[in-house]
Amino acid sequence: MSKKELRNKRIKGFSIRFMPYSEIKNLNSTERIRKILDIVFQNYILILQGRLKNEEETRLIGDTMAMIGHVKNFKGIELAVISSDERVGAIDRIKNRLVMSLSGGDIGAITIIGPASIVKEIKKDPKKIELMLNK
Amino acid sequence: MAIKIMANFFKKIFSGLFKNKKDIKLGFYGPPNAGKTSLANRICKDFTGEEIGSVSKIPHETRNVQFKEKVEISYKGKSMIFKMIDTPGIATRIDYEDFLKYKVNKKDAKIRAKEATQGIIESIKWLDDMDVVVIVLDATENPYNQVNITIIGNLVARKIPVLIVANKSDLRKANIKKIEEAFPEYRVVGMSAKYGKNFEEFYEEIFSLSKKLK
Repeated sequence: MSKKELRNKRIKGFSIRFMPYSEIKNLNSTERIRKILDIVFQNYILILQGRLKNEEETRLIGDTMAMIGHVKNFKGIELAVISSDERVGAIDRIKNRLVMSLSGGDIGAITIIGPASIVKEIKKDPKKIELMLNK
Repeated sequence: MAIKIMANFFKKIFSGLFKNKKDIKLGFYGPPNAGKTSLANRICKDFTGEEIGSVSKIPHETRNVQFKEKVEISYKGKSMIFKMIDTPGIATRIDYEDFLKYKVNKKDAKIRAKEATQGIIESIKWLDDMDVVVIVLDATENPYNQVNITIIGNLVARKIPVLIVANKSDLRKANIKKIEEAFPEYRVVGMSAKYGKNFEEFYEEIFSLSKKLK
């Protein structure tokens, strides 16, 4: 591939925002989702320490769908979670849940959320995450 | 005489109990184009002679929650009555341009996209109302999609029994083992809704989950 072709294939630019779990720990579900969507609407890819509750993840999907067509150029999100609770034995899972209840959430997890206009696909398989971006 | 009175009394009580017993609400959930409607159609067609909805290669063909009441499934001499609920595929992104690839015109693609977003919201709302849920996954696709994990997590939190169907097992790319590895805590039934493959195991599992309902 020539240098010119390579240059043409480069992504114009994207920004990543890291967020520690402490920033959402004391927020209620509505505030958490609003905070996340605010970041996504600014075209950031959000890397969040920890994960949302199951019902919050579902609500995030529902709220995202409600925004499509109402927010200009918004096509939804791409979402992936790598959890410390996945693919471990029963004893480790109990230990993890004990730690989770003490810390107030699964802080060993990582959640990636990006706007679909920037993130084409997030491939998870299952211990690694690959972020495929739109050109 | 006394025995006859007692017998009538119990008969009345039991018939009353069965009259009030509601049909088991069996939901079909999963990502778009996994074959939820194909599976629900085959079951409905086999036991009622009618289908529940239309199927298409274009994603988000089902954009409203569809029902079929009083579907009496008979299997190995046992019988149960279900309310079948076929839901729109859940996704995190909807882009009308994706439909243009299927030769849908721009205007229709935009309508389809809008209806699809509403369908997803409707699907999510219905999660609370299910008795048993069948998660239909395309066995040729990567099962580690966050939407699958989120839906299953929600059902578990609501204590709703889950059966996972690895559909499209007739295709060469199908990898049922990968789905089993992704969801080791759940029963996974590999089947082909299109060709009616392995429905016996499916009915066995559905009956087993439904019996446990209180």
